[in-house]
Amino acid sequence: MELAPTSEEAAFGDELRAWLAETLPTLPPPPQDPDDWQAKRAYDCGWQRRLHDAGYAGISWPEEYGGRGATPAEELIFLEETERAGAPYVGCNFVGTLHAGPTIGVEGTPAQREKYLPGILRGDDVWCQGFSEPEAGSDLASLRTTAVRDGDEYVVNGQKIWTSHAQVASYCELLVRTDPSVKKHAGITWLVMPMDSPGIEVRPIKTLVGVSEFSEMFLHDVRIPVANRVGDENDGWRVAMVTFGFERGTAFVSELLGSMRLVDDLVAIAKSSGHWDDAGIRQDLALISAELDAQWAYTKRNVSRAARDGNTGVGGSIFKLAYHETRKRLGDVAMRVHGRQGLAMGARLGEEDHVEERLYQLSLSIAAGTAQIQRNIVGERLLGLPRER
Amino acid sequence: MDFVLSDDQQALQSELRRFLSNTVDHDRRAAAMELPGAVDRELWSELADMGVFGIHTPEDKGGVGLGFADATIVFEELGRAAVPGPSISTCLAATLGVPGAADGTNVIGIVGADTLLVEHLDGLDILLMHHDGLVERVVPPTGTLLPRPLDPLTPVSRVERMPAGEEISKQADRVIRQGKLLSAAFQVGLGQAAVDLGTEYAKQRQQFDKVIGSFQAVKHLLADATVSLDVARAAVQAAAVALDEAASDGAATAGRSMGVDAARLVASEAAQRATEACIQVHGGIGFTWELDAHLFLKRSLVLDTTFGTVHASHAAVAATL
Repeated sequence: MELAPTSEEAAFGDELRAWLAETLPTLPPPPQDPDDWQAKRAYDCGWQRRLHDAGYAGISWPEEYGGRGATPAEELIFLEETERAGAPYVGCNFVGTLHAGPTIGVEGTPAQREKYLPGILRGDDVWCQGFSEPEAGSDLASLRTTAVRDGDEYVVNGQKIWTSHAQVASYCELLVRTDPSVKKHAGITWLVMPMDSPGIEVRPIKTLVGVSEFSEMFLHDVRIPVANRVGDENDGWRVAMVTFGFERGTAFVSELLGSMRLVDDLVAIAKSSGHWDDAGIRQDLALISAELDAQWAYTKRNVSRAARDGNTGVGGSIFKLAYHETRKRLGDVAMRVHGRQGLAMGARLGEEDHVEERLYQLSLSIAAGTAQIQRNIVGERLLGLPRER
Repeated sequence: MDFVLSDDQQALQSELRRFLSNTVDHDRRAAAMELPGAVDRELWSELADMGVFGIHTPEDKGGVGLGFADATIVFEELGRAAVPGPSISTCLAATLGVPGAADGTNVIGIVGADTLLVEHLDGLDILLMHHDGLVERVVPPTGTLLPRPLDPLTPVSRVERMPAGEEISKQADRVIRQGKLLSAAFQVGLGQAAVDLGTEYAKQRQQFDKVIGSFQAVKHLLADATVSLDVARAAVQAAAVALDEAASDGAATAGRSMGVDAARLVASEAAQRATEACIQVHGGIGFTWELDAHLFLKRSLVLDTTFGTVHASHAAVAATL
């Protein structure tokens, strides 16, 4: 067991820090309106372009697809250093760089890789994800959006939901049902849907935070070329799942480091407001801080497992369950420290709006696999307990 | 960075696990409860032969000469078997060069100077006391064996006063730090034993014509316990590796490192969650003396008070914020 960086890792970190110190002061200010998605898109894609030009885009992608081919440990250093330096987050480019792009890298044809991957890496194309449906949430494979073959096109009808950044995306990675007559996992196909296709209606959904981070998408006779199919017809479930096999344990690193900073911010606020004299606040923050440090250690374990075995096993589920539980208590302490200052958004020190974060954290145990589904994964895959259904 | 067990560490872990699963089972623990105040000397010498007590003592001082991270791996396994006796104290005494520690001829206890309760007093050959940065050797005082100890495998005696001792080392801070982490590792092992026991039961026990482990209400208890333990295990090992790396060349681990008190807090919480989940999953039988689950919980509660208390670790972490 070693935690100290190798000389290559240390050199990677040094080079990155130097680049960040030189580049970050030249960035434009981030958009102020939390619901101005065009401005967010421009900002996030501008950052992606800088990463691309400096050779940091697609940090974990193989070099043959235009990525950096960094090791999981280097990716962890990248996420840690960019967070620490206050660099922008991946933002709108989340689906492209972390899901659709890697999927096309592995499952796409050479022509598809050539067509789609450079635009993701350069920050030209934003991608969104059309997986969930109103009737297909945790039970994703029960999705109902249909695609019927008509010559060299599919004609798609149905409804998608929770589609982040749909209003500003160029492409959508779309799961559709191409064979309703077989078992539900067996009749699904993975398509690339250009977002300027006729028949797509995007209706933003206002979240309980008060912004419209994601949308519903209604699809009426949307015609998608068969050439846009990634993988075989009816093999889409496997294609959609393939990226989970590359889970490197880095999915929530920025979140985790942000929470550590929130602890520091709250301690500073509590010390100046007198709340630090309250043993209850001190004890709660001590335990939360210890847990976040433990989760950081666990992240290093996951990343090391990924470097050895190619993936983290159920480590991603374990991290997520541990983290959201701590994060919820942290949000509660934040509200106690702010007291009546928390009656409006804007209670903050540094970057994060603590009130907004308190509300946002409710999504952590819902998005990307609910806590209940994650517990089933741990109980069934790791402990070997039988399924209920 | 390569924060997974090395091949040697995996071999150490599996060898010890195999040995302990054959050696310290339910019956041996039950037998230990019948020897109030005594320590199982045969077991002590078997543990010494496995290198348990000398794991972190240099080879030229009669030890195995491995790193402190290796010691946490060893003590997690001891926790998994809820091995009775003051194994942590004896191991740390060996690092101080106390005679007969590494080879298992002596059973050694370590307590703080501010206590009047001493674990395993009647079974000890040597008693060490830490205070004000010093480790002192004291002549074990006579005490009264308390009839109902919290943990039936940890007999406790009350002494009138702790006698003055003779200084043997100024490394009390190091010993306490390592004692906290070995206690935390032992707790992770206790918690894992509890989850294993609960999982095995949940796969067999049927109610409503189904095994209860298929019910999410039961499954999720065990999953949550597993989550806490897996994270706590990484925390304990990260804190130990950080100590080893700081000791070897003074090279600080990159970025923020795992603190000893922080690791202790999460290990204590995880062990409590896991041992109580095991009891809950068993239902009525979990509340009985027959099942070993209570031994895992009770030992963990004992370890919450050794080498400083977990309560004090809360304050210690808060002081770093």
